[in-house]
Amino acid sequence: MAEAASKDGGEALLEVRNLKMHFPVTSGIIFQRKIADIKAVDGVSFTIKKGETLGLVGESGCGKTTTGRCILQLYKPTSGDIIFDGQELTSLSGSAMRAMRRQMQVIFQDPYGSLNPRMTCGDIVGEPLTVHKLTANKGEHRDRVTELLQVVGLNPYMADRYPHEFSGGQRQRIGIARALAVNPSFIVCDEPVSALDVSIQAQVINLLEELQDQFGLTYLFIAHDLSVVRHISDRVAVMYLGHIVEVADRIELYDNPLHPYTKALLSAVPIPDPVVEAKRERIILTGDVPSPMNPPEGCVFHTRCPIMIEDCKLWMPELREVSTDHWVACIRVDGYGEPGF
Amino acid sequence: MARLLEVKDLTTHFFTQDGVVKAVDGISYHVDEGEVLGIVGESGCGKSVSALSIMRLVASPPGRTIRGEVIFDGEDILKLDDSEMRRIRGNRIAMVFQEPMTSLNPVLTIGRQLTETLELHQGMNKTQARDRAAELLRLVGISDSERRLKDYPHQFSGGMRQRVMIAMALSCNPRLIIADEPTTALDVTIQAQILELMQELAREFGTAMVIITHNLGVVARYASRVVVMYAGKIIETGSAQDIYHNSKHPYTLGLLGSVPRLDAVEREKLEAIEGLPPDLIDLPPGCSFAPRCRFAYERCSQETPVLERVGDGHESACWRSSELTELARAAG
Ligand SMILES: Nc1ncnc2c1ncn2[C@@H]1O[C@H](COP(=O)(O)OP(=O)(O)OP(=O)(O)O)[C@@H](O)[C@H]1O
Ligand SMILES: Nc1ncnc2c1ncn2[C@@H]1O[C@H](COP(=O)(O)OP(=O)(O)OP(=O)(O)O)[C@@H](O)[C@H]1O
Ligand SMILES: [Mg+2]
Ligand SMILES: [Mg+2]
Repeated sequence: MAEAASKDGGEALLEVRNLKMHFPVTSGIIFQRKIADIKAVDGVSFTIKKGETLGLVGESGCGKTTTGRCILQLYKPTSGDIIFDGQELTSLSGSAMRAMRRQMQVIFQDPYGSLNPRMTCGDIVGEPLTVHKLTANKGEHRDRVTELLQVVGLNPYMADRYPHEFSGGQRQRIGIARALAVNPSFIVCDEPVSALDVSIQAQVINLLEELQDQFGLTYLFIAHDLSVVRHISDRVAVMYLGHIVEVADRIELYDNPLHPYTKALLSAVPIPDPVVEAKRERIILTGDVPSPMNPPEGCVFHTRCPIMIEDCKLWMPELREVSTDHWVACIRVDGYGEPGF
Repeated sequence: MARLLEVKDLTTHFFTQDGVVKAVDGISYHVDEGEVLGIVGESGCGKSVSALSIMRLVASPPGRTIRGEVIFDGEDILKLDDSEMRRIRGNRIAMVFQEPMTSLNPVLTIGRQLTETLELHQGMNKTQARDRAAELLRLVGISDSERRLKDYPHQFSGGMRQRVMIAMALSCNPRLIIADEPTTALDVTIQAQILELMQELAREFGTAMVIITHNLGVVARYASRVVVMYAGKIIETGSAQDIYHNSKHPYTLGLLGSVPRLDAVEREKLEAIEGLPPDLIDLPPGCSFAPRCRFAYERCSQETPVLERVGDGHESACWRSSELTELARAAG
């Protein structure tokens, strides 16, 4: 499983193995008693190669953000391995981790809430430079901030303004400039355009693509909008209720989706073209997404699955490689399901 | 088909400390019986305010509809008195809002909220209303509906609450449903469920629908005609086919170029529209889109273009609409 989807080609920058993040649910006022677990991430494995973008899609609450936060060591995972640039992160000491953290940055969904309203744009972008002591003096610091603002398409004279004086798209650019300040090699982009208007989304997506080319960045791109994810990613991982159910190349995933959830998700996304839409067939799922506190027994998708059989209630299938670099977790992929490995 | 709704020169402004917000600035469109009309545009362009103006639900002050007519079924509903308007609202025109939690009353059971309108508008007695309410819940795909009538809104998921809103909208067999971003807050697979359901029900009952959204895909799938808004005005209107395949407005073209398509084979660079939408208090002179427009020339920042016919049932407000196809081709 560890080598899940790492192609023979490029070198892996990040490897996630059987990652689990269970949040305890407690009750009681004086004595906190654990009464259940929220299985936010429940055994996720994938690899991202240097310079690659892996897209992570799935519906609200399926565990995308939690996965990203575990990788960044903002949560201590319940179990599993996270290997970044050859080093196992979960066992690193505090100082080694701080050095490592410079390599890994994050861009958040909410361009309104993620910036400190009392700091100027220049201070926000320059803060990581100070924290990591990356510039020798004031002049150098100022030059670097100017350079960073220019890289993301903001005018350096805006450095003295506060976040509320910027539009959503501009604020997202400030967040990106800040992430770039420490010359990271890897960025978790957690829904970086979801809160933005359509025309502004394109500006930010184009910027992220340009920066990747320019600085050889590696991205984990998290979003619920499949069209956006497919546009920006080299490979796409589809998540459902704490599990990755399919991973494939962006073209393969669209041309040949194999998991019934991926098929439903693809067909649920309307394409902005009335001619195409009139001809498309849709798979409409029934029912709601179950709660991760009380996930279904067996395959987590079986309660909504249009091709469910009795065996699906027995166990959660593992991801297996059904064709080169195309991984699926479904026993029914080749007709009537064997447990298959 | 017969005209059901005709909006003429509708103008709603907000009179604020900072100045006059021209949220809806002289828009005109129509909806025929049984038709689905899509209204698209970016955040803040006036989509919701235009819908609220039709329902006469704009907060006043600071908002006021200062001009225009809304002819529904032959009468101008802007001229009706409040009690007559209440008879229309929720009865002959129903509205579905974006956030179902804020439009459902949290302290009343789902059943009570449904039966209340049925008793009020349809003159049903308690038993009739309850039976009809259960039937409506079944219709929108909520199983075990008799029992669920006793539940409160917080006991339902977001998707189920939105289905309840649709059940409420349908409860009085309205002629027109105005759905303002009915699924934006929901997950994609649930979105598809709800929109498909609305379309099915509208077809079955011959209800006309106005779907307001910023999602160009949703409009392409469900609407037969489309209205595109920018900065309080309609800048293009036509059949879905015209808008998506033969647009005559640079803003519409820009919107279409800036969304990635799920079915794209090649990864083409998105054509972002540069700049930001204007401040509705301080609109630029001439065409509001001119400062962001690739094809703007001198006249655009001096004179405001009005909607003009560019084809059968197709109108665009652009000085260069007749040469636009060539201009866009030349620009690549
Ligand atoms: N700190 C926490 N404590 C307890 N439960 C949590 C915590 N963080 C997340 N969860 C739960 O874990 C599940 C996964 O949440 P997560 O935020 O990872 O989802 P997501 O896929 O990012 O969703 P969205 O698309 O809505 O952002 C959810 O059920 C959430 O309620
Ligand atoms: N109570 C108010 N006071 C002042 N301005 C208002 C008020 N309500 C709305 N506006 C302004 O009117 C304009 C139109 O708002 P509206 O809600 O119609 O936008 P919208 O197109 O529905 O946007 P969205 O896609 O974000 O829902 C906005 O610029 C908004 O700021
Ligand atoms: Mg998230
Ligand atoms: Mg709105």
